[in-house]
Amino acid sequence: MNIQYDEAIDGALAPFAKADVLSDLQHRIPTLRLLHREEDLRPFECDGLAAYRVLPMLVAMPDNLADVETLLARCHALGVPVVTRGAGTGLSGGALPLERGVLLVMSRFQEIIDIDPDARTARLQPGVRNLAISEAAAPYGLYYAPDPSSQIACSIGGNVAENAGGVHCLKYGLTVHNVVRVEVITIEGERMSLGAEALDAPGFDLLALFNGSEGMLGVITEITVRLLPLPEVAKVLMASFDDVEKAGEAVGDIIAAGIIPGGLEMMDRLAIQAAEDFVHAGYPLDASAILLCELDGVLADVDDDCATVRGVLEKAGATEIRQARDDAERAVFWSGRKNAFPAVGRLSPDYYCMDGTIPRRELPRVLNGIAEISRESGLRVANVFHAGDGNMHPLILFDANREGELELAEDVGGRILELCVNAGGSITGEHGVGREKINQMCSQFDADEITVFHALKAAFDPKTLLNPGKNIPTLARCAEFGAMHVHHNQLPHPELPRF
Amino acid sequence: MTDRPTSLPDRDISARLCEQVGEAHERHAPLRIVGGDTRAFYGRPVEADPLDVAEHRGIIHYDPVELIVTARAGTPLEDLEAALAEHHQMLSFEPPRFGPQSTLGGAVASGMAGPRRPWAGATRDLVLGSRVITQQGKLLRFGGEVMKNVAGYDMSRLMTGAQGTLGVLADVSFKVLPRPAAHCDLRLAMPLDEALSRLARLGRRPLPITAAAWYDGELLLRLEGGRSSVDATRQELGGETLEPGFWQALRDLRHDFFTLSPGQSLWRLSLPPNTAPLTLDDSHSDTLYDWAGCQRFVKTSLEDEAVRRACSAVGGHATCYTPAAQGGSDSPFTPLHPVVEKHHRRLKEQLDARGIFNPGRLYAAF
Repeated sequence: MNIQYDEAIDGALAPFAKADVLSDLQHRIPTLRLLHREEDLRPFECDGLAAYRVLPMLVAMPDNLADVETLLARCHALGVPVVTRGAGTGLSGGALPLERGVLLVMSRFQEIIDIDPDARTARLQPGVRNLAISEAAAPYGLYYAPDPSSQIACSIGGNVAENAGGVHCLKYGLTVHNVVRVEVITIEGERMSLGAEALDAPGFDLLALFNGSEGMLGVITEITVRLLPLPEVAKVLMASFDDVEKAGEAVGDIIAAGIIPGGLEMMDRLAIQAAEDFVHAGYPLDASAILLCELDGVLADVDDDCATVRGVLEKAGATEIRQARDDAERAVFWSGRKNAFPAVGRLSPDYYCMDGTIPRRELPRVLNGIAEISRESGLRVANVFHAGDGNMHPLILFDANREGELELAEDVGGRILELCVNAGGSITGEHGVGREKINQMCSQFDADEITVFHALKAAFDPKTLLNPGKNIPTLARCAEFGAMHVHHNQLPHPELPRF
Repeated sequence: MTDRPTSLPDRDISARLCEQVGEAHERHAPLRIVGGDTRAFYGRPVEADPLDVAEHRGIIHYDPVELIVTARAGTPLEDLEAALAEHHQMLSFEPPRFGPQSTLGGAVASGMAGPRRPWAGATRDLVLGSRVITQQGKLLRFGGEVMKNVAGYDMSRLMTGAQGTLGVLADVSFKVLPRPAAHCDLRLAMPLDEALSRLARLGRRPLPITAAAWYDGELLLRLEGGRSSVDATRQELGGETLEPGFWQALRDLRHDFFTLSPGQSLWRLSLPPNTAPLTLDDSHSDTLYDWAGCQRFVKTSLEDEAVRRACSAVGGHATCYTPAAQGGSDSPFTPLHPVVEKHHRRLKEQLDARGIFNPGRLYAAF
């Protein structure tokens, strides 16, 4: 368990007393809403990774940028850490509070500042919900492409901080591909603008660096996103397979046929059964795996592509192929996938969601490896997979009320991530490192690479006050916990890129 | 452009490059990082010993089904793109080539992208990972050969466009895409204002447009996608067929437009979508509109200040492509906002404390 910030290995914090910080902030920023009583702080003790809970020292809920500026400058002067939080839906504990830190909650900044249909951009405050962007753009025939499963609730500021993905990444990219500019306030309380409404900006690409930086480099206060024209039509095919491996190969075959689907998702038997039981999407209960393949674009092209994909799936050995007749049935097909997490949640008191990515060709081997870990540990694992882009979400089922089972689930999760790294993949495709995967970072990166990350951080936050203990482990932490992840320092497949 | 060999064997000389960087770091001796040396016009001149990466070449790994290719920085773009074309794939950001020697390292370091950029993304959008030689001469890996990866900071994208000022790119992994099934180029006679408003309207529809330029009374369009949609769009838009090779000539700055008269400099303006023609588009200047108007090339004898002022007034920026030695600006890139500049300097201090990597290439101060 990595929950508590440990000064001995995560870095020493400045000596300060809660009462002093509170009175300093109250005095200097009288308009700032500050929570400090335990009962007021309690709702903020966790984000979407609810197994990790820490009561923050203070919660700040500003509603204007001048207050954010002053708050950061004061925290900088006093040496008080700041953890920024958006909607609190993150799954890696990126917004997990610090017992000795201020939690800066940006959820009051909810304004859609402007939508420019001709430039196809939207200017947003960070607390605007992901789905609200597409809803506001729809009257212009436009939408915002990245659609993480939590899109009803998650906010765009958090999406940028985590470089959030979704089911349409292969074709439309992650958040980093769809954000053109961010406004930032640094820990020193200075404002800067990164990126541009033009398609590029002079100097280093700090905009790309800030995407996915997990609140470690600055506080994002405004975001301009790129909007896309709504596709004329979207059609979805569902193919059943009696063998997971065949389904995995079919994914490669579709891409080899020169087709980039809007979405290409795979679910294994346990996930299919859970989803079917929950939403009755008409999924085949006897299948070992299903593929959902969405093709979108101009009607004539989509019809051509549907025919091509159908041929590919037949050749790949699909036992059944169904095409949604209309948008209503398409929504039904997707409902099982989009509800896979809560559906699996009904099978078990608790589940733990992983987020590794692998090269697609490694899928059969990694799935076999997961099955083996599952057998050994006695914990069931359901697999939901953004097959098109190699992003796996194994869901580990456990019961936190059983002694030691949370720790066992975490251990299983850690081993699955190492499996991904050893297959040439990454410990996180879209959920972020946060606090949750801080130790696994030591198996993905070596000490020199981690040192470079600390150097990047130092350029923006030399006193390491922004979200300390997250995203990038200290070398002390890797020395303490990293060694056990690389077994005897021997990586299988040393020829594979092990980034 | 110098006369550099184009037919070298595939080799991994990263160990030697690391050693050279390590030595330069020891001696506080700056390096000028050189691949094909075809992009020297882009940025300020660097007076330093060359670090020659041209021999570090070859495709390390290409898996068409994974849509990923990894190649060494010295690999000629021509070779890489030919290998991709064999599998009907491409680098969708359409990197310019300024000669057969142009390397992928130079393409990524400069971050320049061709006519498809507004529709297919920038160079950095397709970069998935890299191996980088750091100031101490260590070869480190960031990102990798997967589409989605949010572990650690995005060092590879930071290196893209940094022109070698933060480290040496040793190899780069890209996302590649299938070449479109159908393709058609069009020219439509049309005045500028009508072309710009037409492009804004077309841009709101899901049409298979992948390049849009305007020059000398003509709107020039490229359609790419499925056969059905390309045919239908062509039918709708009308116009004549454009001569082949136009987009490559535009991409590589070989179009007749790019011939300068005495006293003129070539500028690249990067502007927000739907920016009206700038006031500098006057009788002293000539403008070619690319990227549906977001990228404009201007031949002008106007002062630097006049060009920059006009761009920044509309939220854009200007880069001078004519080297100072040939009468161009000695600060080719637009000056940074002071807070942004402060963080640039700090980054440079962190990643290149002794100023050995292409010092002054982007800005005189670092």
